[in-house]
Amino acid sequence: MATVEVTFTPLPVHVRTARLVATAVARRSGVAESLLDEVRLAVGEACSRAVEAHQRHCPGQPIRVSLTDDGEQFQVVVTDAVQGSEHDLPAGVSLPAGTGAGGGNGAALGVDFADPVGSPVPLRLPEDVGLAVIAGLADDVRIASAGHGTSVTMIWKRRTAAY
Amino acid sequence: MDLKLSNSNKDGIEIVDVEGEIDVYTAPRLRELLIELVNKKNYQLVVNMEKVEFLDSTGLGVLVGGLKRVRAHDGSLDLVCTQERILKIFRITGLTKVFGIHESVDQAIAARKAEKRLPA
Repeated sequence: MATVEVTFTPLPVHVRTARLVATAVARRSGVAESLLDEVRLAVGEACSRAVEAHQRHCPGQPIRVSLTDDGEQFQVVVTDAVQGSEHDLPAGVSLPAGTGAGGGNGAALGVDFADPVGSPVPLRLPEDVGLAVIAGLADDVRIASAGHGTSVTMIWKRRTAAY
Repeated sequence: MDLKLSNSNKDGIEIVDVEGEIDVYTAPRLRELLIELVNKKNYQLVVNMEKVEFLDSTGLGVLVGGLKRVRAHDGSLDLVCTQERILKIFRITGLTKVFGIHESVDQAIAARKAEKRLPA
């Protein structure tokens, strides 16, 4: 059973609320202060991705965030209601920690400066950028089918006396 | 904290001061400001992020979009940021190699002027 569960309407304004709740629960669970910013950013990325997917496919469905501390690790699961076939998320994969795109020069993020200026610039970078950020922040990231949707699980493992 | 934006001109370079959180909710406002400045032919931009408390990939997308627009006019978009928690997302995404990131507005302006003086 999760320590805390939150469901919210898929609107951008609620992503901040989800971040605040995640940070508060992480702090309460004993996650080190130095990791709280990572939890906040990773949860925000996962929720932003879910909000955009819901707005495209199922704006009436809520997004679920569950936060669990089992003493060994702090786990956050963000579950959307977008069917895998409508998603561009690679369900069923595990992203090893540290797989962010840090070694690149932006090209891997779809940053093509040869684009003509008149071309529309998307508000968000490609979706895998958010996943790369999450993978660069959490100790373990798993993407899986969950009922009629997809879940992104982020884990921060306990380190010595604290997380 | 919500997002506060202001801009001013210094030595011919437009300085955009950003305060608060840049995320999927607030980023469109920053995007609109950057587009407005470019439409008014301001192609040398410095975005001061010293008071930014949170930045996610949506915010990065807006900054990359701004950079693309000014570069199309041989312009520049430099950043001012010394906060480790903000710099981290630039490192994770490799965007430290795309943006000029400086420790102060004066340093960013000086770097831009020095680049302009370089022979072609």
